[in-house]
This record gives sequence, structure tokens and C-alpha cells, in this order.
Amino acid sequence: MFMAGNFDVIVIGAGHAGCEAALAAARMGCKTLLATLNMDNIAMMPCNPAVGGPAKGHLVREIDALGGQMGLNTDKACIQIRMLNTGKGPAVHALRAQTDKKIYQSLMKETLENQQKLVVKQLLIERLVINDGQVCGIETENGENYNAKTVILATGTYLRGRIILGELSYEGGPNGQRAAMNLSDSLIKNGISLMRFKTGTPARVDRNTVDFNKMRIQPGDEQNHKFSFISDSDRREQIPCWLTYTNIQTHQIIRDNLYRAPLYMGIIEGTGPRYCPSIEDKVVRFAEKENHQLFVEPEGLNTTEMYVQGMSTSLPVEVQYAFLRTIPGLEQVEIMRPGYAIEYDCVDPLQLKPTLEFKNITGLFSAGQANGTSGYEEAAAQGLMAGINAALLVKNKPGLILGRSEAYIGVLIDDLVTKGTTEPYRMMTSRAEYRLVLRQDNADLRLTEKGRTIGLVDDYRYNRFINKKEAIESILKLLADTSVNPTPDNQAKMRAMNSAELRTGCSLFDLMRRTEINYTLLSSYFELPDIPDEVREQVEITIKYEGYIQKQLLEVERAVKLEAKLLPVNIDYDQLNGLALEARQKLGKIRPVSVGQAARISGVSPADISILLVYLEQQRRMETEK
Amino acid sequence: MVQEDTITAIATAVGDGGIGIVRLSGAKAVETVEKIFRVSGKKSLSQIKSHVVTYGHIFDPRLGELVDEVLVVVMLAPRSYTKEDVVEIHCHGGAMTLRKILDLTLKAGARLAQPGEFTKRAFLNGRIDLSQAEAVIDVIRAKTDASLKMSVGHLTGVFSEKVIGLRHELLRLIAHLEAAIDFPEDDIDAIATEDVAQSVTGLLSEVENILATAQTGRILRDGLKTVIIGKPNVGKSSLLNALLREKRAIVTEIPGTTRDIIEEYSNFGGVPLRIVDTAGIRETTDIVERIGVEKTWEMLDKADIVLFIMDASVPLSDDDRKILALIKSRKAIVLVNKTDLPEVLERQQIIDLLPEKLIINISALKETGLDELAQAINQLVYSGQVELNEAAFVNNVRHVDIFEDVKYSFCEVINSINAGMSPDFLVIDLRMAWQKLGEITGETVDDDIIDQIFSQFCIGK
Repeated sequence: MFMAGNFDVIVIGAGHAGCEAALAAARMGCKTLLATLNMDNIAMMPCNPAVGGPAKGHLVREIDALGGQMGLNTDKACIQIRMLNTGKGPAVHALRAQTDKKIYQSLMKETLENQQKLVVKQLLIERLVINDGQVCGIETENGENYNAKTVILATGTYLRGRIILGELSYEGGPNGQRAAMNLSDSLIKNGISLMRFKTGTPARVDRNTVDFNKMRIQPGDEQNHKFSFISDSDRREQIPCWLTYTNIQTHQIIRDNLYRAPLYMGIIEGTGPRYCPSIEDKVVRFAEKENHQLFVEPEGLNTTEMYVQGMSTSLPVEVQYAFLRTIPGLEQVEIMRPGYAIEYDCVDPLQLKPTLEFKNITGLFSAGQANGTSGYEEAAAQGLMAGINAALLVKNKPGLILGRSEAYIGVLIDDLVTKGTTEPYRMMTSRAEYRLVLRQDNADLRLTEKGRTIGLVDDYRYNRFINKKEAIESILKLLADTSVNPTPDNQAKMRAMNSAELRTGCSLFDLMRRTEINYTLLSSYFELPDIPDEVREQVEITIKYEGYIQKQLLEVERAVKLEAKLLPVNIDYDQLNGLALEARQKLGKIRPVSVGQAARISGVSPADISILLVYLEQQRRMETEK
Repeated sequence: MVQEDTITAIATAVGDGGIGIVRLSGAKAVETVEKIFRVSGKKSLSQIKSHVVTYGHIFDPRLGELVDEVLVVVMLAPRSYTKEDVVEIHCHGGAMTLRKILDLTLKAGARLAQPGEFTKRAFLNGRIDLSQAEAVIDVIRAKTDASLKMSVGHLTGVFSEKVIGLRHELLRLIAHLEAAIDFPEDDIDAIATEDVAQSVTGLLSEVENILATAQTGRILRDGLKTVIIGKPNVGKSSLLNALLREKRAIVTEIPGTTRDIIEEYSNFGGVPLRIVDTAGIRETTDIVERIGVEKTWEMLDKADIVLFIMDASVPLSDDDRKILALIKSRKAIVLVNKTDLPEVLERQQIIDLLPEKLIINISALKETGLDELAQAINQLVYSGQVELNEAAFVNNVRHVDIFEDVKYSFCEVINSINAGMSPDFLVIDLRMAWQKLGEITGETVDDDIIDQIFSQFCIGK
């Protein structure tokens, strides 16, 4: 046996989850190995060339606040930035960037290679070494053995990956990559249960064969937004996307060829995501729709490849050509890479603790698409948390679990480990019950302190954060302390601001509650300091939505009480009288860490929760009596 | 110990016992009862000593109405069953009175206790011995099962269809708003705020209708408290006899909650009437004079409906004017009797005094105009909104409590719309309402919203 090295943390897979996991662990001082199938494909974006959007953009900001890399990288690789949902309220404003895929990859590779305590290697892992329920290391296809205190699975769609393209199907990962065919067996042998999911991607077409005159231009925002709270860099050249539509003809071609669609031939076994259906699926399920929109997006600055968003398919290439060429602007289109579907093994996340560690295997963590999610952002978020928790385990410290009221990351992981998932899980703002407090604009205020505590937030980021926080507090105080009396002078100001005259004296804080009044307007009539946009934004949101925010915080307070009541790991639910049968089974399987988590399991009723509370109290008193 | 909600429940067995108890527990128990309890001597409840029985009255603070005379015991923490502040209201045992008082404690800010919750708190707070933990668990289980059976029994037919219908409509609305938020670049028809407002207004009025049936349900069970009032010799007893004879009246004598009032029951044109103070009427004495204006007020206060009977053959007197003034702000019908005799009464005078009240001509002796009266009572009771047999009655206190919350949420949505708030703010209260309704049917899974989004809209990249 060739002993090739000893590590604190080994990360298998260098996609978006693996990169964040390895960086976090190394930055927290652990000797870390990042294993990738191909050094040239680190942090690859095998699907759309975009980062962010509703809930996903929130995740990126949270990753950034905790000291992760995705936000910083996206800001540097961004070739178009847009704030979506600006008409829909501050909680759902969503930043979305088009990125240059190659720039993103090379930036991440550079970051990894220059990270202290981190080693990156091209390795294909065949086997996990696990002894007595404790992970010990890994073995590669070449017989190299690496010892490790902890291992993080971030295997994406590579576990027994199978590409399906019309009648053709073969073993492989995305974009012509190798698949990891033997690791699944090693996982199964160690008692890990796997699920089989499917996802897909559309064709990439040659920009030189697209007629943009027949499409509608989709430019980015004039204003320069950044994901990272510490990004100041100027932006690159901005590239537009293009909007066009399918038509009846397109749909007819697809219908005529459905018999050749793997999805309807029974070739595809895996469960696909409902939010990302293939075009053949859309045409069948929403037969009454006469057109579907599609966006043609640049894959990068130095390539003519363009991504055809909305047209994910696994129909044979000739059919892809036929239906694409019915679309305005794509009549002469040349496909550079065809669309395809991919099936892969992933871990049933119900086997994981909220730290993403396996309940039955100490030191083994799992993150990203390997946990049944989809999306770069979801993967990165889990990777970061798995990296943090592996490092904390190495250091013998308690894990970091984010609550549902603290972060989208908390919602994401809690959903996975409490409810599981039956399709590739995508983050959506509607999954977060405390959406109003989990805004993308306040991710730093929510999480920077936590990142600081675990050692991922450096002085530069921390000082910037403290300055911003103090500025917000001092402006809020100033506004509350400045009173405005109904003097003729002030009434004139009110009229000038197109606002109703004052009936009694009030503070500037009170004035800001009025819909028509904001800080900028107020500061042109009253003496107020100039403040950065990010401070002004927090001040306005805090004042204008105070009532709603308070209401939600009250709910949070209730929920947090139950989260604080921890359930011992060794409860034998079968011995716990009074629980309903379904509750008993579910609790036994999921083994929630807190009463709060238990309450979110479907089938566990309020009465079952009462019984758990009585049981906990019984245990506590028995302990004290001893 | 974390500060918990203040809970309330009827502590005595269901059914008409002699005495019933409503019990509250929690940090705000005293504060809550204070809002609905009047003690003679201007003392407030918080000034009263712990573990002392206090005599007073429960009243409805919104209507200013007296509900019952009661004894109240305050047991301050930790010397109580739950080791929290406990207040017990001992009242007259009728199921109706108990529910009314329970309802008032809910409106005053308490939360309805879960089954077995008092016992659970007693245990969690160390009041119950460790050895009895198993027994505590049994109590929780048994009470939950019992209450489940009851609510499942209630959840049949029209009522559950109503709730499911409401939830379905809400779900569509939420899914539409959420889809537009989560998939801003997909092809989702924008939903106009006016449409949301219209939908929610519709839902609100449905909920209000259901809540109105809570009242109707009570009336069907307990009878409509009816007071007949009028001067001597105007035909009160004839009317009473006519009412009692109608549709084979069931006449019972039930000693009521107050000492000397005797009630008669009658099913009049499909509405059960509980006719109050008939004794006074039978003696055909002038009740206004006999018991005084103050007592008359009190009696009128308790009435669901007042029938004021006048004599068409005599002119309007001062006594009549007095009574007309008394009933002005109440649900009342003016009956002009003896219309078979030559008419002397100037009707326009009544109309001038009470322009909004219905005036019906009857002859109690010849039993004419009674159908009209029955119809009018029906109209007043059911406000024309509920078909009697099809009604989705809500009479479970927990359900009424939930519908009150749902109504509040809908009002909040409408307030938010009027304040120009964006869709994500509207969703907050819509989801709250949807979740609350789910507590009735036992379904509160958020995943339904996600499922609905994907089945309703073609979304994807």
C-alpha cells in the first residue's frame, strides 16, 4: 500500500461545493487536500453561465459574509449584472450576474493554488476507508492512500454519471468528463443509501450563426452592483443577453419526435427537477402554451459559444437542430455542443446531521449536488458549511449550524436533513418562512460575526463590517433624536417634499416612515450627513418596514425557543410511550437535534412535541436527582 | 423558565353542569381577565389578594354587555397548579355561558390551550412529581385523541368543503405571487394588486359569513333571546300565545342564570325563540313602570331581538316614546297590533322616531301578519346570507378562534395593499391565513405551495 500523505480534511471533488469546502477548512488552519478528476475543470460551470437570482443571490451574499469565495469570484468574472425583482420589496431583491465561465474557473484555481495549507491534486477516488464508523482516509484508482481525520464528499453529478443524448448513452460526467464509477459501491458498502437523480442542459450555439436582429436585447443594469461586501473592483465590459420565443412549429417538431425522447422512452430512471424541465417536458405538460421564452446568453468574453437558456433537452442532435432552427434568430444556427441529460447517484440527505456530517460515520461529510440539490450557489453554500464543520470537528469544537431565521443556508440545510428531497432541490425565497429578515442586503449584518468567530473573516472584512454597522446605528439614532416641529419653516419643507403638513412635532425617523420620503429627499431639506448607499439602504429598510419586521421577529423568537431545546442523540423513540406511530418512526429515522427540528418533520404533531418536552424534563430531573 | 403564552380553556366537563370553570394560566392571566371582569368597589383584579374568592361580573368589553355573575380566584405563581399565575372564573354552568366567557378570554389575548397543556405545564414547571411523568404523557395523548375525534366529527360535509375551498383559493393566490417572485424572468402573467385585493376581499367576506354562522349556530342551539315589550293591554299575551301556539310550541321552564326570569321556548317559523320575561307579560302589568327603566335596559341588553308591540287603536303615548327611544339602537321589530280595529295611531310618528326599524301590522287575536313576522325574524337572524339547511356552521371554539385569526390576516393584507406594499409583504399574511386554516384540516405543509407553483406555471431554464 502506497501511503501518499496525511491530512486533516480531504475534499473529494473540486466543483463549487468542493472549492468552498477546501478553502474554508484550509483557512481555518486544517491541512487540506482537494481531489479533482481534472485539474483543468476546477469550479466548472457545466450549465448556465450565471450566478445568483432569487434566493440563490441571497445564498451567495451569505457565503461571502461568512468568508467564502463565490461572491468575490463572481464579482471579478461578471460580464453582466442585474438586480431582479426591484419592484417587489426589499426581501426579494435578487442580484444575478452573467459570468465568463473561464475567468471564473481560472480565478478559483488560482485562489486554491495560493491558499496556504491547501493541496490540490488530480485524483480519481475509488474507495473510502472507514473503520468502526469512523472515516480514516481514501484510496485512489492508482492505489495511492491518503489518511484523513475527515472526508467531505462533494462529488456533484459524477457518481456513476451517465450521459443521455437521444438514443446514445454512455458513462461520463458533464462536458465530456470522466465519471466516478466505483465510489458509489464503496459508499453503499458502508451503509450509505443513494438516490438517482437526473438533470439536463441545453445546447451551446455559435454566436456567429445567430441573428440578433430578430431577438430582444436584455441589457444589464447601469448601476454597478457587487455580490461581495468587500468587492470594490471596477466592472468588466458588459455583454447583453437576448430574448426570443419558441412557436407552434417548434412544438410540433418536438411532439413528432417525442418517441425518440429518452424521458418518454423509459431510458431515464432518475428524478428530474420540476423547476428546470426540458423543453420536451414543457411542451407536453403545458400543451396549451403556444410559445415558451428562451434567453441566449454569452458563455464568456473570449468565446462565440452561447447558452440557450430554457431549451434544456436530451432529444437526438438532429431533432435539436430541427426545433432550434424554427426559432426567430436561430434559423441558421450551428450547434457547438448539443444539449444532454445526465443521471447520477446522490446521497439521501436524511442520513446527515445539520452539520452535514453522516449520522453513522464520524468524520464523513457530504455537500452540494451530491446531497440531492441543484445549482452552483446551493452547492457552494453546503460546501462552505461542510468545510467549516469538518474543520471544527478536527479542532474538537462544536459544529456551526445556522438557523432558519439566520440564513438561507440554514433553511437549505434544514430542509435537506429534516424533510429530505425527492427531486434536485433548488433554493427559492418561498422556502424561507422568515424572508423579511433574511434579506440579501443584510447578509453581512446577519453572519459576519459568526464568520469572525470561526476564523474565516479577516481583519479587513471585519473592520469594514464594523464601520458599516456603526454608521447605520448612528444614523438611526440621529434620525430618532432629531425632532421636527410644525413651524412655518418646516411646513414649507413638507410641502416642498410633496408630503402632508405636520400636525404635531415628530422625529425625522417618523417622517421617514412616510412612503414618499426617503433619506436622500430628507437630506436635501434637513441637515443630514452624506452616507454610503449600503448604509442608506439599511436605514431606509429598517424604518420603512419596521412593523412587518417586528412581526416576523416575534415569530422567530417563538421558534427559537424550541430550537434551543436539544434532544439527546441516544433517545430510543421506540421506548417513548405516547408518541403516535408515524412520529415514532420518523423521529427514529431522522433523529432531530432539537425539539424545533422535530416539530418540522411531517407527521410529528403538536401532541408528540408536548410528549417530547415532558420526556426531556423527566430526563433532566432524573439527572439532577442522581 | 422561558415566558410562555397565557393559555385558557374550559376546565369543567362538557355539558350543563351547575357550575363551570374557565381557567387561565400564564404570565398574563391576571392582566387578561382584568379586561373582562368587574368587581364592585372599584378594585381591579391585580389588587385582589391571591387565593381569595372574589365576587363580580364578566362583561363583554366591546359591547359593554353583562355576560354573567361569577366568582373569580387568582392563584399567583408559584402557588398554583401550573406554578404560573392562574385565574379561575367560576360561572353559571350553562355551556353557552362558558363558551362566551372562554371566547372573551381569547379576545382579551389568551391562547386556547392545547389538549393536556395545563398538565404539561404543571409537569414542566415541577409541580407534578417525576414519578407521574408517564401519567402526564397519557393525559396529553388521551386528550389529543379525544379532541381529534371531536374535530374530525365536525369536519364533515359542507363545513370542511368550505375550509378546503378557502385554502385552495388561497393556495392559488400565494403560488401565483410566489412564482412571480421566485421566477421573475419566467413567463408568468403579472398579478395585479387590484386582483389580489379583489380576491382577498372575496375571501374575507366568506370568512365573515362563516363567523356569522358561529352566531347562527349558537342561536339554533340555544334559541334567540326574545323580549316582548309594550304597554298594558296592547296584546302582549295574545302575541305570546300566538307565538307559542305556532308550530306546536315546545314549552319548558328553565331556571335561568338570573334569579327571577322564566324563559319559554318556541319554534317560530324555523327560528327557535327563547322568550324572556314572559311572566311579566302574562300579568299584563306595565313592565316599564313595574321594574323601572334601569331593569328594562338590563333586560333589553340581554336580548337578541326585541319585539315592541303597540296598539293601533290608541294614539302614541309618552310611554311609547320612552320605549321607542330604548330600542332605537337594538335589533328590534315594531309590531302594530289590533289592526282589525279602526286606526288611530299615527304611523308617521313611529317612522320619524325609528326610521330604520321594520314595522309590521298584525292582529294577534286573529293571527294575521305572523308569517311576515316570522320572515322578518329570519331575515334579522340570518341576515339573508345563510341557507338554513346547507349552512356550514362553525361552533367549535377552536375553529372560531382560527377564523378570527384568518379574518385578521386578510384585513392585514388589505391594509398592506392600501399602504402600497409590494407582493412579498402581502404573501406574509396570506401564508399566515393559509397555515391557520390548515390547522383545522390538519394540513400545514409548506411544500404544497412549491408543488402548486410548479403545477400552475411553466417554469424553467
